[in-house]
Amino acid sequence: MTMTIATPNQDRPAKSQPRGLRGLLRMRETGLILIILALFVVMSFASEFFLTWANMRAMVMAFAVEGIVVVGMTILLISGGIDLSVGSVTALAMVIAGLLFLNGLDPWTASLLAVAACTAIGAGMGFFVTKVGLHHFIVSLAVMVIARGLCLLGTGGRPLGLYTLPPEFKFIGTGTVGVIPVVVIIFVTVVVAFDFMLRRTTMFRKVFYTGSNEKAAAYSGIRTKKVVFLTTTLCSALCGLAGVIYMARFGSAQPTFGVGMELNVIAAAVIGGASLKGGSGTIFGAILGTVLLSVVSSSLALLDVSVYWQDIIRGSILLTAVTVDHYLNKRRG
Amino acid sequence: MPASTTDDNILTIAGLTKSFGAIQALRGVDFELRRGEIHAIAGENGAGKSTLMNIVDGILRPDSGKIYLDGNEVRITSPAMAQRLGIGFVHQEIALCPDVSVAENIFMGVTASSPALLMDYRAIESRAGEILGQLGDIDPAALVGTLSISQQQLVEIAKALTLDCRVLILDEPTAALTEREAQTLFGIMRELAARGISIIYITHRMAEIFANCDRVTVLRDGRYIKTMNVAETTPAEVVSAMVGRVIDDLYPPKMSDEEKSDEIILEVRDLTDRNRFSGVSFQLCKGEVIGLAGLIGAGRSEIARAICRLEGEITGEVLLHGTPLDLGSYAESIARGIVYLSEDRKGDGLFLDMSIATNISALRVEQVARFGVLIDERREAELARTLGARLNLKYGNTDQPVSALSGGNQQKVAIAKMLSVNPQVIFLDEPTRGVDVGAKAEIHGILRDLARAGVGIIVISSELPELIGLCDRVLVVREGRIAGTVSGSEMTEDRIMYLASIGEEERLVS
Repeated sequence: MTMTIATPNQDRPAKSQPRGLRGLLRMRETGLILIILALFVVMSFASEFFLTWANMRAMVMAFAVEGIVVVGMTILLISGGIDLSVGSVTALAMVIAGLLFLNGLDPWTASLLAVAACTAIGAGMGFFVTKVGLHHFIVSLAVMVIARGLCLLGTGGRPLGLYTLPPEFKFIGTGTVGVIPVVVIIFVTVVVAFDFMLRRTTMFRKVFYTGSNEKAAAYSGIRTKKVVFLTTTLCSALCGLAGVIYMARFGSAQPTFGVGMELNVIAAAVIGGASLKGGSGTIFGAILGTVLLSVVSSSLALLDVSVYWQDIIRGSILLTAVTVDHYLNKRRG
Repeated sequence: MPASTTDDNILTIAGLTKSFGAIQALRGVDFELRRGEIHAIAGENGAGKSTLMNIVDGILRPDSGKIYLDGNEVRITSPAMAQRLGIGFVHQEIALCPDVSVAENIFMGVTASSPALLMDYRAIESRAGEILGQLGDIDPAALVGTLSISQQQLVEIAKALTLDCRVLILDEPTAALTEREAQTLFGIMRELAARGISIIYITHRMAEIFANCDRVTVLRDGRYIKTMNVAETTPAEVVSAMVGRVIDDLYPPKMSDEEKSDEIILEVRDLTDRNRFSGVSFQLCKGEVIGLAGLIGAGRSEIARAICRLEGEITGEVLLHGTPLDLGSYAESIARGIVYLSEDRKGDGLFLDMSIATNISALRVEQVARFGVLIDERREAELARTLGARLNLKYGNTDQPVSALSGGNQQKVAIAKMLSVNPQVIFLDEPTRGVDVGAKAEIHGILRDLARAGVGIIVISSELPELIGLCDRVLVVREGRIAGTVSGSEMTEDRIMYLASIGEEERLVS
């Protein structure tokens, strides 16, 4: 095909202007890092225990497993969905793996089946959303309650003590390689892998297209329902993985684990730049959001602030973040 | 105050301007409305009729100019304020709540501003009955959703009348009405005018203007052209004022006789979609630009979207270069090189908050990816730059969000998106809607060049001069069927309008 249109601005330098959307996203991530660093500086003066190896390790351990769920939630949010069931599904993974183990299965197979069960739950939610046409919010609300009910039913409401878990399995949750906890290695691997895929692969680019404007995505030949089905399934599968790691770490399966986790996870993703309208968000930003919330919790605990205040402060941070976001968006639009 | 503001005029507009970005919608429009007259505003699509009325109704704010009501200057800042001033607006699209009764709909505005806590259903129903009694036989307790479109239109008018309006604006109210319903509406309009209510009647149907209106004001390209007494003018004079724009030099030259080819790119045989269209057959030859004309709702877009498999269930045959196609989805259609440019650029054409580069690659991201999997941002930007240059796209860099571009440049991004897959056939639905004149001419040039390079181009447009200026052949669609094909010297606005609306405008052919 030949064209005869003049080409006057082909050689226009590409660096002359602020780098659009991506520039703003970078700005947000830089901003989060600065806030986290500032908190570090302030806290290292405020408490002698803050900048200690033990505290750092405790903090990282606290958000590393939840961070895996944040990855799934962020991808789901980008595609335009949301999942309120993450806490219950994570607990259900623990309970399923725990029960199978107590019934004689080896812990690895039990874990694999638990992750598969969670994946199936995600696929089920995906079915109700894309085929039946219900809203993510309602479907996942129902599953949140159902999964929690299954947890309590399966355990009679009491934690399952898994004292006979073999040490090589517990290594996943409690072991270290050198000084680095295995949990952190898994977390970093998941984060780096999905961050890369989300930024670079055609498959995940379609997640952005779908979330940004589902109709325009359909008008670009993208099968948007399939995309939403897969992101819904992925989020639950990652909850399953997180649940199994928690089990290895705690050496028990707790049916009431993860109550309220969904709020923390959504807050982290949104603070990190994911939009509830879909179409925007990064794994890196979401993890920074997780780190920020975790540093704040840890700081408040060290400063002897009542747990009740902690919730109030976390909520306020979320509100501030989305307000700032709203104004940035307005200026951009 | 302009000298023309006399006691006769209820509404006077002087020097109104309004622009949307680069598009100048109104350029110093003057307008006078006398008490108790029916005053038509005529003009083609995009002439500025709706913008002008939206300003009078307070939906839009003018950039400059003045509005006088009863000789006093007013600033109308919201539709609620327009209502208080006695201006009622019946929009072209019906905006009623379908699940609520006629009476409640009629008094919605009154109820909203009433201090009473409880609804007095009996009172509003009896008052609604009184008002409706003047208009036609409609039960005030019926749910609006159960009424016909024309009855709903009457409810809209009743709603405007409850607000004690002195100026009533009707925006193409007969578009959805049958001939008889329209006649009833005209009777009501004349009664209202006799009671001293002034009516602004927006339309492009000459017959309605000449049968019902006292005066007519013509707008063209956002300019005030002239106001005429209907009794002293002729339809031909009004039409020539409306369509008098110079079009010849804005369009690229058409296919010459030497370029004519027998090679058929796309052939459609007896395409039928049960509820939308039937028996659609046409051939698109190499080098040709085909237009699809028709009134809104005739089925033009539906035909295009059905061929691309974006919607509908079709029977019939579609052949590409002589090979029958059996496409299951739009993805398969894209793979075969048949693409559709949406009429709603912002709604479903573009990802507004994503970058230029990611928009342009969206139809086939795999082509800028290594092994078809890993996106190479440099190749993606390169694709955007290459196509951007071909289309003379004005942009800072390819990372900019599309929302930062002007309407014309956004449209070029949407076209670049289509070209990214080297299509064989492109359906373009209103390709120059909301695009400024310069970019419009460029887009026409691009389409002609593509046709010359062997790409099949099918343009859907509501703007007749565009179809006439750009296309080699125009198929006129009426009520889901191809009512006729025009080409060469037969391609005139009158002829196309005649085919599109069955002789409704026949008396105009002069």
